[in-house]
Amino acid sequence: MQLWLIPIFPLLGFLINGIFGKRFPKTLVNVFAIGSVVLSFLWVLKTLNALAPLNQSYSEHYFTWIQSGALKIGWDMSVDRLTAIMLLVVTGIGSLIHIYSIGYMAHEGGYYRFFAYLNLFMFFMLTLVLGANYLVLFVGWEGVGLCSYLLIGFYFDKKFATNAGNKAFIVNRIGDFGFSLAMFLIFKQFGSLDFGTVFAQAPGAPTALLTTIGLLLMVGAAGKSAQIPLYVWLPDAMAGPTPVSALIHAATMVTAGVYMTARSFPIYTHAPDAMNVIAIIGIATAFFAATIGLAQNDIKKVFAYSTVSQLGYMFVGVGCGAFSAGVYHLMTHAFFKALLFLGSGSVIHALSGEQDMRNMGGLRTKIKWTFLTMMCAAVAIAGIPPFAGFFSKDAILLAAHHHAPWMYWVGTITAGMTAFYVFRAMFMTFFGEYRGHEHPHESPPVMIVPLAILALLSIGGGFLFKIPEFLGTMFPTLEVEEDIMLMVISTSAGLIGILLAYVMYVAKPGMADSVANSFGGLYKLVYNKYFVDEIYDAAVVNPTIAGSRTVLWKGADAGLIDGIVNGTGTLARGVGGVLRRLQSGNVRSYATWVLAGSVLVIVALGIAGGVK
Amino acid sequence: MSAVPISWFLTLSAILFALGIAGFLFRRNIITIFMSIELMLNAVNLSFVTFSYQLKKVDGHLFTFFVMVVAAAEAAVGLAIILTVFKNRQTLNIDEVDSMKD
Repeated sequence: MQLWLIPIFPLLGFLINGIFGKRFPKTLVNVFAIGSVVLSFLWVLKTLNALAPLNQSYSEHYFTWIQSGALKIGWDMSVDRLTAIMLLVVTGIGSLIHIYSIGYMAHEGGYYRFFAYLNLFMFFMLTLVLGANYLVLFVGWEGVGLCSYLLIGFYFDKKFATNAGNKAFIVNRIGDFGFSLAMFLIFKQFGSLDFGTVFAQAPGAPTALLTTIGLLLMVGAAGKSAQIPLYVWLPDAMAGPTPVSALIHAATMVTAGVYMTARSFPIYTHAPDAMNVIAIIGIATAFFAATIGLAQNDIKKVFAYSTVSQLGYMFVGVGCGAFSAGVYHLMTHAFFKALLFLGSGSVIHALSGEQDMRNMGGLRTKIKWTFLTMMCAAVAIAGIPPFAGFFSKDAILLAAHHHAPWMYWVGTITAGMTAFYVFRAMFMTFFGEYRGHEHPHESPPVMIVPLAILALLSIGGGFLFKIPEFLGTMFPTLEVEEDIMLMVISTSAGLIGILLAYVMYVAKPGMADSVANSFGGLYKLVYNKYFVDEIYDAAVVNPTIAGSRTVLWKGADAGLIDGIVNGTGTLARGVGGVLRRLQSGNVRSYATWVLAGSVLVIVALGIAGGVK
Repeated sequence: MSAVPISWFLTLSAILFALGIAGFLFRRNIITIFMSIELMLNAVNLSFVTFSYQLKKVDGHLFTFFVMVVAAAEAAVGLAIILTVFKNRQTLNIDEVDSMKD
């Protein structure tokens, strides 16, 4: 079925734009960049159409990549129902975001560079999704990390952007370290990295080992999907252009951890402890990030913490054994969060770069389409039926209740907070009086049309695509009885959140400040993101820098290595300094030395008994 | 000829050689030093010839000729150098010809 064509189109786009893009006019860059992704999307559609109904996994082998002793790794790609969903999300939403970027990036420098990186990202993301063994997945995994780094630091002349890029890259290294160890263990136990071989043998392996593998894989997933304690890079990643935030840091790359966990479900189902840890980390992240989101003033930061929080939900889903619910939320989240980011990008574009919500307000009449589409996403993320977010969030919360009732309640409170902070952002941006100075202008159609499509998906994505039923044959089924009561409670939590936001930011505009004041200390703590960055700085970053400076730089490098090199030089100079005294320039002293030498030789010969 | 024992020749050779060394070491005039070198070479030639006679072999004679050829070449080049040095420095004192030291 030529699966390899799917990732190869964006790679070609990257090569063409990356090498020649500088000389191309923007239209030609657009043709290659958007054309390659759309072609990829069409090829996905054609492939899936041909493979339907895809009850079995379909795989293709291209060549043996690594062969060394017992290790044999092929460049294999496979498609099953999980992959199909990921392919559609990545290429579909990827196409929309590429199109949107034409408008958003129109006035930015480095136009071709942006699209080249974006295409490269698509290539790696599709490799990640299509890979039929852990190593090919890991190639994509690292590749998307690289592209994320490149695109976060896209405005490389700004210090905070390059710092944010470094932070993302370094924090992800920690996760990748766990992932690598997991792969070593998998190979040691199963003698292969192919999904098929590993998963077939997984039921027979010792539980302790599977738990270790599961936990190590989780470390990798936590790095990529921004879970506690490795979530800190994602909010900073908003330094990149907004389409990047939407594509990489909301819809696709950050969900790779959830995908990988769901993909590894045969390992996890035999390691219940690892799953429990995943669920706890997920719910903690969801709650914790949501509280931070309550007090942010930068519109992109609000949605960044919201992304961290929603990724936590997905982890709860897969951790509770409801893999399909996790993937369901992955998909709906891709719809509404991409829309929220693209919408906020449209707002920022309208205000010529303003991101602080305190300088917005009253924009709903000025940029009507952006407002309407974003409203769909906001209602969807708040979990109001029948919007997309409701179905997936409900499925996860139901599974959480089945797993441990307290998780359901924490999740419900988080859902209320989610509704609150999203609508707080909406009200601060679009309602009340305009507080800024720029003259808002509606974005061009090339940006509005993707917003509109995503809005439709945010409305209908939930009941049109019944992911749990679609994936039902793949994953072990979780016996959960529908509970209307739980559904009503979580939905009303969302409604209460919206109402509270309305009262505090529209009905009584002064109320927000007085509430913040009455919770002085707590507000300050949340506003400063619990000082987690500062704690990490003090606990990890600064000791590392200090250690590098004193031990590695001053000690090992300057002291030891430079010492050896300089010492060799000093030694040679010293010896030379002694020997140069022999070279007096006085011929007779040379002759004396020659004489002394020959006398010495003769005496030595005499002692030795003459020449034989 | 046979009345003269071989040790006399060798002793003479050693004396000549020692004189050459002494001249080389203690004199400052370049020409004198040069002549001392010739003296040493010829002292060695003498012992070569002596041993050649003693051992009834022609090798010593051959070596002597080599040494004489080398000495001739050396004299040609060396005297040319000495002439040039004198032209440039108006001195033949070897202690004053030491500018390579610095």
